[in-house]
Amino acid sequence: MSGVRVLVGTRKGAFVLTSDGKREQWDVSGPHFGGWEIYHVKGSPVDPNRLYASQTSGWFGQVIQRSDDGGKTWNPVGNKFAYEGVPGTHQWYDGTQHPWEFARVWHLEPSLTDPDTVYAGVADAALFRSADGGQTWQELSGLRGHGSGPWWQPGAAGMCLHTILLDPSDPGRIFVAISAAGAFRTDDGGQTWRPVNRGLKSAGIPDPNAEVGHCVHRIAMHPSRPSVLFMQKHWDVMRSDDAGESWHEISGNLPSDFGFPIDVHAHEPDTVYVVPIKSDSEHFPPEGKLRVYRSRTGGNEWEALTKGLPQSDCYVNVLRDAMAVDSLDSCGVYFGTTGGQVYASADAGDTWNPIVRDLPAVLSVEVQTLP
Amino acid sequence: MIRVVLPAHLRTLARVGDEVEVQVDPPVTQRAVLDALEAAFPVLRGTIRDHVTQQRRPFLRFFACEQDLSHEPPDAPLPDAVATGAEPLLVVGAMAGG
Repeated sequence: MSGVRVLVGTRKGAFVLTSDGKREQWDVSGPHFGGWEIYHVKGSPVDPNRLYASQTSGWFGQVIQRSDDGGKTWNPVGNKFAYEGVPGTHQWYDGTQHPWEFARVWHLEPSLTDPDTVYAGVADAALFRSADGGQTWQELSGLRGHGSGPWWQPGAAGMCLHTILLDPSDPGRIFVAISAAGAFRTDDGGQTWRPVNRGLKSAGIPDPNAEVGHCVHRIAMHPSRPSVLFMQKHWDVMRSDDAGESWHEISGNLPSDFGFPIDVHAHEPDTVYVVPIKSDSEHFPPEGKLRVYRSRTGGNEWEALTKGLPQSDCYVNVLRDAMAVDSLDSCGVYFGTTGGQVYASADAGDTWNPIVRDLPAVLSVEVQTLP
Repeated sequence: MIRVVLPAHLRTLARVGDEVEVQVDPPVTQRAVLDALEAAFPVLRGTIRDHVTQQRRPFLRFFACEQDLSHEPPDAPLPDAVATGAEPLLVVGAMAGG
């Protein structure tokens, strides 16, 4: 019988949650790497036993862990992330220029075709790739070298490259997103990049229509339709129908269009999920009600999904990497909160149950659908 | 042999006990001890010193013989008691909550 494995990164370690296809009974394994911040854990689409984890600490820096047995055992691999050439400068919070400094790996994206190839999005923003299972890392420096770097600036969590989308129909095409720079696309496997932010408007920057400087929180795509992108921006939920060439707003009737994660149903390319957050200064759900909003029309018309979620006195946040879907026939949706809960829905969001309630603050959630 | 005491998280990472010993030919300096430590336990590369700059990570300190050696030049000789193995070099993480 098929099953799922949920990979959870938290402020104090990683947890692996497993269940059969019913997704009712869960086994919780962890903490792995207890006491360390685990920004992201993700498995290879072609070898589900191959997992990569970003383990990081303000004291001890960056470690990358790899598992070859589905998370039962782990071994550290390479942790040298050296920017190519002279790192240069980006804009600091006060508008002055600040040198590029490596802080941590935010996001690991294994290749769609090769378990030994994996991409890493880091802070300060850059994209690295390993072709040897994480032993060595090389920067795809064309991104930082695009020329707009001096106008990129950090968000509250640093200047992070947090989203990496690999186009399943075109091995040369990759989308990334950076806070606060925007979305970028390569069509040649990472050699050259250009910003794809036309249509984004950000009131907090000097030119609201600027080419870069937008605080994109997350981008999602459905693999069957990779030219359609959905974006949760600092404010605004956006959609592109032309691979990022232009964007239009689809916030519609959301109670707030601020938020962090966004994801797409595994079998319905126009079914999209977001978690509205009250505002950029109050990072908790509006009215103390934790609600996932689902659009079945590709945006603009949204319905609140509340069954099984706390509807009073709830003041957690859901971070940008902390939502994922499985690909079982009835699509499962999962998200984790800064309060340590991981909620799962086995019916595409209609009803929710907590898998665990008391983990450390959840930084990331990924799901593997197992044969 | 030079004795080194690591903070708990690095012991776990390197899969070692309370104290490790490394062979270092004279002169025994911070740099020589850390080079030997990283050669013996490659997983520690980048965790005590920055990979690129080789600078001590800012939340770590080096103590020995009741002295703070954190700001000594990396090629300065360590105290004789460390060089002879009578005292360990302590790698200490800054205390913090959270």
